[in-house]
Amino acid sequence: MTVLLIMLPMALLLAGFGVYAFIRAAKAGQFDDLDTPPLRAVFDDELEGKGSSGSG
Amino acid sequence: MSTLAVETSAGRRARAACSCSHCGLPVPAGLFEEGAAEQFCCAGCRTVWGVLHAGGLEQYYRVRAAVEAPSERARTTGARYEELDDPAFRTASVRELEDGSAETDLLLEGVHCAACVWLVERLGRVTPGVIESRVHVRTRIARVRFDPERVALSRIARALDSLGYPVHPARGQAARDARTREDRRHLIRVAVAGALAGNIMLLAVALYGGEIAGIDPLWDGVFRWVSMGLGVVSLAWPGRVFFRGALAALRTRTAHLDLPIAIALLAGGAWGVTNTVRGTGEIYFDSLAVLVFLLLVGRWVQHRQQRAAADEVGLMLTLTPTSAVLVAEDGSTRRAPIESVAVGSLVEVGPGEVVPADGVVEVGHGAVDESLLTGESAPVSVRAGSPVAAGSVNMTTVLRVRVAAVGEGTRVARLMRLVAEASERKSPIVQLTDRIAGRFVLVVLTLALVTTVIWTVRADAHTALEHATALLIITCPCALGLATPMAMSVALGRAARMRTLVKSAAALEALARPGAMVLDKTGTVTEGRMSAAWFEGDDRLRGIAAALEERSAHPIGRAIVAEAPSRPAAVACEHLSGRGVRGRVDGGLAAVGSPEFVADESGVAVDADAVRRALDAGLTPVAVWAEGIGSGVFAIGDRVRDDAAEAVSALRAMGWSVRMASGDDPAVVGKVAAAVGVTDAEGRVSPEGKADLVTRLCAASDRPVVMVGDGVNDAAALAAATVGIAVHGGAEASLEAADIYISEPGVRPLVELVRLARSTKRTIRICLGASLTYNAIGATLAMCGLMSALLAAVIMPISSLVVVSIAVRPLKKRGGVR
Repeated sequence: MTVLLIMLPMALLLAGFGVYAFIRAAKAGQFDDLDTPPLRAVFDDELEGKGSSGSG
Repeated sequence: MSTLAVETSAGRRARAACSCSHCGLPVPAGLFEEGAAEQFCCAGCRTVWGVLHAGGLEQYYRVRAAVEAPSERARTTGARYEELDDPAFRTASVRELEDGSAETDLLLEGVHCAACVWLVERLGRVTPGVIESRVHVRTRIARVRFDPERVALSRIARALDSLGYPVHPARGQAARDARTREDRRHLIRVAVAGALAGNIMLLAVALYGGEIAGIDPLWDGVFRWVSMGLGVVSLAWPGRVFFRGALAALRTRTAHLDLPIAIALLAGGAWGVTNTVRGTGEIYFDSLAVLVFLLLVGRWVQHRQQRAAADEVGLMLTLTPTSAVLVAEDGSTRRAPIESVAVGSLVEVGPGEVVPADGVVEVGHGAVDESLLTGESAPVSVRAGSPVAAGSVNMTTVLRVRVAAVGEGTRVARLMRLVAEASERKSPIVQLTDRIAGRFVLVVLTLALVTTVIWTVRADAHTALEHATALLIITCPCALGLATPMAMSVALGRAARMRTLVKSAAALEALARPGAMVLDKTGTVTEGRMSAAWFEGDDRLRGIAAALEERSAHPIGRAIVAEAPSRPAAVACEHLSGRGVRGRVDGGLAAVGSPEFVADESGVAVDADAVRRALDAGLTPVAVWAEGIGSGVFAIGDRVRDDAAEAVSALRAMGWSVRMASGDDPAVVGKVAAAVGVTDAEGRVSPEGKADLVTRLCAASDRPVVMVGDGVNDAAALAAATVGIAVHGGAEASLEAADIYISEPGVRPLVELVRLARSTKRTIRICLGASLTYNAIGATLAMCGLMSALLAAVIMPISSLVVVSIAVRPLKKRGGVR
């Protein structure tokens, strides 16, 4: 059972990392517009180079 | 044209006999060009096609074919958009970025599908200097980043216009950004609360398992401490909003749902920490974390729904014109944003345009429609020297207006101040949940006290506190906090599908209880524009009248033209101002105009009975006569909507008292009121008078007072009313002042809205009943000391689940309101 002493902090760390990633994504505006990106993805056929990230 | 292009076009023509090369709709015979490779149904499509091919964006057609059958004609306005280059606009709406580029938001009409997104985001291909354009398909706002050194904003706007997306500057960028940040904070709170609740639940499973099957005290302690750590984070971070809300409620001495929630969270948290430190007893953190999460989800759902309605109204405000045509000293004209119009400048107002500022007509004569400001349905004639007010619509020829007042000084602005005062005076609607929350807190605290006293006597203080805490947590108004927002957001969604935008859930709730409803006349009960109610005489006369009035810009003339199915050609037309038109149609003499004028012209008597009937109905009689046919009479006026009478009686049947208040002539108001079955009607009511009437009604009873209107003259009353409802075609002032905006014409949506409010209230009542039952059972168990942490952990989510499913389901099953 002592394995839990490692597992528990690790699990919490992982969860914390997930939450941190989500917060960063939300603050970067990844969830501002959930309607347009699916439409945008339909026509990524041409090679346009840089896929720009969300607006700040 | 290359051979290849001709071949492909020929092939395309073989498939569809002759469809537009851009939109695919049939090409009208008159526009068919013999032998041309490409055919177009309209100038707009030709422009867009040209731009796409010149810019190497032909792929658009492939993209579009993949998403939908093309069906919409391209709309290009050909506007110059010079106002976007004006320094006044640049400082207000264009942001300079660090790298020397600039960014602005533009609202694009017509963006609706993947192909539109594809096209708009490749704007840089046809307009060098555009660095990036990103469009949001739901709000139709494009954020364009460009190099101001290389390209002017007006050129970008013209490029978008030539692609078929007319451009409007999207003002209020700062407010929009603030709302977006608020949205993000909401979402983050929900996510953090969810993650914490999930992890604490995992630990709780271990702890409950240990309670049943036994657990090593070391691990029991570890799990409890970790639970506490996560639980405290949950209360202190996402849960903070409830404490803040509770504090605000205490400070303003109002009941708010946050108060009982904060008490439960605080008591549970304190007891949980104590028990963790002591190493024995319940710790509650699993229940608390789930509680925080569920409550936040409920709030978030409702917030999103209300936000969508507010966005939609904001966009409609953006669509109203915000530029004016300035006339310079040398007589040249240029379009400039409204901000650069100053007192003393000369502006030009074209037919159909809105007068941008208060002033005096200097050149031109015609008629302006002041109905939005005054409620008067008949246009007012103006000539050089007549005053005109901002917000009125020029109905006829071009007018040049010397500006006398702008912005804050205009009559519209004075009316808007009235709106601000009215909304400050109005007391906010107390929602059912908050009313209950007040009593709820009292009852729960009393019960907790009773429990503490009883158990202190029967056992010891420690057991007493333990049971009291369990009581506080189990009775925490989770269902109240979750079910009501859910039911509300379902209702708001339904309303949005009926094209009714509800800006606050409280307003919808207030509509459930019948009270007094005050209807505006012009544009609400009536259509708000001139049309022919009926015609008596030979049917050929309709066409003849239309032929004579063809060139007329007067609303009555337009009504006659709109009414005729087809018209012959008229020659030698002579317009006699204020009287009528005479001319020759099909070789014979003909005349149309006031009955006296036509009688003079023709020498025959006009049907006096028809003229009287028109006057009796509050309509304007217009006579028409043609040589060899005879005479006829049109009755023209602002027609009462077809559904008005039925809607009024439906509202009556639901217990509402309906009255009418209008700025129009009392005789006309009386007739319209009689036609729809309203007995209590007032005419010539000033905007202040309407607001007073509403305030008086509000003071007279505790029942809701609903104002329904469309104009600037209604705005103050809309703001003063318990619930202000702006209807289709309203002015921006009324949109801002109202709680609810109905974007479908007619009075019928009003009835549906009231029905929706009633069914929503019923659902909420059922939810409350169910959740109070749960709470009563839980409280009893807790008071008897039978509420173990495990039982609490099971009952809480089940009760929430049941209540939420009640909140969401019945509306769906009953098929709602229709």
